[in-house]
Amino acid sequence: MNENRQGAGLGKDLIGLETESGDTIRAILDTAEPFKEISERAIKKVPVLRGKTIVNLFFEPSTRTRISFEFAEKRLGADTVNVAASGSSVVKGETLVDTARNLEAMRIDMVVIRHGSSGAAQFLADRIPSNVINGGDGQHEHPTQALLDLLTLRDSFGRIEGLRICIVGDIVHSRVARSNIYGLQKLGAEVAVCGPKSLIPARIEEMGVQVFTHVEDAIQWADALNVLRLQLERMNAGFIPSLREYNRVYGVTQARLDEAPGEIVVLHPGPMNRGVEIDSTVADGPQSVILPQVTNGVAVRMAVLYLLAGGAPEQAEEAKKGEA
Amino acid sequence: MSRPLYIHGGRVLDPSLGIDDRAAVLVVDGLIEAVGADVSKPDDAETLDANGLTVSPGLIDVHVHLREPGGEHKEDIATGSRAAIAGGFTTIWAMPNTDPAIDDPAAVGYVRAAGRAVRASRVMPIGAASIGQQGEKMTEIGELVHAGAVAVSDDGFPVRDSGLMRRLLEYTQTFDIPVLQHAEDPGLTRGGVMNEGRVATELGLRGIPNAAEAAMVARDVLLSELTGGHLHVCHVSARQSVDHLRWAKDRGLRVTSEVTPHHLLLTEELVRGYNTQAKVNPPLRLEEDVVAVREALVEGVIDVIATDHAPHHYDEKEREFDDAPFGINGLETAFGLCMRALVDPGHLTLAGLIDRMSCAPARIMGLPTGSLRRGAPADIVLYDPDEKWTVDPARFHSRSRNTPLAGWELTGRIHTTIVGGETRFVAEGDA
Repeated sequence: MNENRQGAGLGKDLIGLETESGDTIRAILDTAEPFKEISERAIKKVPVLRGKTIVNLFFEPSTRTRISFEFAEKRLGADTVNVAASGSSVVKGETLVDTARNLEAMRIDMVVIRHGSSGAAQFLADRIPSNVINGGDGQHEHPTQALLDLLTLRDSFGRIEGLRICIVGDIVHSRVARSNIYGLQKLGAEVAVCGPKSLIPARIEEMGVQVFTHVEDAIQWADALNVLRLQLERMNAGFIPSLREYNRVYGVTQARLDEAPGEIVVLHPGPMNRGVEIDSTVADGPQSVILPQVTNGVAVRMAVLYLLAGGAPEQAEEAKKGEA
Repeated sequence: MSRPLYIHGGRVLDPSLGIDDRAAVLVVDGLIEAVGADVSKPDDAETLDANGLTVSPGLIDVHVHLREPGGEHKEDIATGSRAAIAGGFTTIWAMPNTDPAIDDPAAVGYVRAAGRAVRASRVMPIGAASIGQQGEKMTEIGELVHAGAVAVSDDGFPVRDSGLMRRLLEYTQTFDIPVLQHAEDPGLTRGGVMNEGRVATELGLRGIPNAAEAAMVARDVLLSELTGGHLHVCHVSARQSVDHLRWAKDRGLRVTSEVTPHHLLLTEELVRGYNTQAKVNPPLRLEEDVVAVREALVEGVIDVIATDHAPHHYDEKEREFDDAPFGINGLETAFGLCMRALVDPGHLTLAGLIDRMSCAPARIMGLPTGSLRRGAPADIVLYDPDEKWTVDPARFHSRSRNTPLAGWELTGRIHTTIVGGETRFVAEGDA
């Protein structure tokens, strides 16, 4: 379906980083650079996507990702509609196929989909001609989150290649982890994961990923930690005995970070459970880039929207100068 | 009585008799009267020209889902048994996980009578092992057998409770029927939708480990040893299960098992792209598992091939992977897929395949068919083992089209299927 490659080598859709090349990922990050500045203006709007209709189709609750997409869409001048699963036809039993076809019948241009089932974004993309952006599908991928993580790392280190990045926490249920693994590896970083084996998916080593069961070892190894949210449901489902114990064994604390041979950068995709996977001293401390991640999220999503709409990376600087 | 049937000009292949020769088959009153090169045609006989075809005992499938009652949008007894004869199967055993479950004698009698009325494949009902397949209270197994049940099973679900499984393996000995077990430890499969491993990890799908099956096989083999009951393990998929089955065979236990055509060839790679047609339980596993179950079938550690024919409606498979039901539509592709998996690459001879799909099921289940010996019911299949054909689900006789094999070219095509001396299927174009 990617025979008609658009801006930066993207196809019709952005489903995951597994299927995108390192060059495409770099081009998205490069395109995001000039878009960062739009959000710093007094009037945060350019007409890049004027007249485009974008539906944010969220089958799972999300605050950060949905708002970030919505800002990105609006700052590029698109018309946006948010559809949340609760209260929509979905609860009346409509299938995903029919939801998609009905949206299509209203002549839209793009869909951002967040869905609880892995593969749902691909499923939608295969069935409608609009551009589909995966805003997170089940435990599969969350490509724009990984892109904003990559952009933030590049801002911090000036490069991705050669970095050692360890993703800490609930890997098995994490779409953020999978997208980060693909993205980081394609840009030449080394990737490790760290957590109790009950939260590490089977045969992940075959993806070229090192596995740590002790966070202290991960800290000795890594240049940066990407600390994942530990959901309360995991405790209830028996993956770990308690959040308290999780914090004791895997919590990223200042004391643990101080043992590192160098300065470690700490990322977190949010929302944070302070005192569980990350301590406040770390989250709010000088090594944290958690808020820059959020800022970069809007720029990266602008870049993806712009490129999928047919924009060229080298014209991004020019495009954003247009008057609203 | 109807006229005798004289089948001539074909190659007769019957491993149960050790025959592989150009010969004629004479059927009188629905039974095999004679097989041999020198058998002559009685004056009043109807003739069937088998020139260019191979003539073997009809295939037997001890594991199909016909969905009636309750799931007629997927399949019913009529469409399912017609799919069976189109696939060369003269006998199919119908699993009881319908809605309601086949757990009382009236329901067993219904399936049996409805199957007879269709006049396609012989339909033999399997009774539920527990009431409502709830895994708690044993059904009235004697009553079910009296009504025509040939086995009991809670298939679709495992018999989880070890105590109940023990009682089933003890109690069924009175009636000399097997307990067919869907071997799965639910605590290990919880929420799983495909094989646990690399592909599940990459796709972000919840996995089902080999141990979920093998642990249950190990337990059940020990219970067969304890009780002396006939345990039949359904759809073996994991290489570790084979180890336990070999252990049971070595000890001479009454343990038999089956493997599906899809587990003999396909792997988890087929799930990539969230292909719901490849979503099946037990899941498609790794190449090393495929090799292990294939070798076990060749050695006789696994006794038979059974399809686990599991029809599902188009809409049910046209969904998110997590929400699509498990199952592959198997009857009409089974022979060709087994040719591809076993005979084409030389793992098994054609005689070996006919044994695993006809003679062996009859042998382990005590059926009078699966052989062309004199006096056996005349259940016969005529086929061309070398003919190529392309799988086109739109042409299935089954009401459903859920197969991962659409567009595959297979070798080995069924031409005529005869049940009790009556020709019940003739391939399109043969007239």
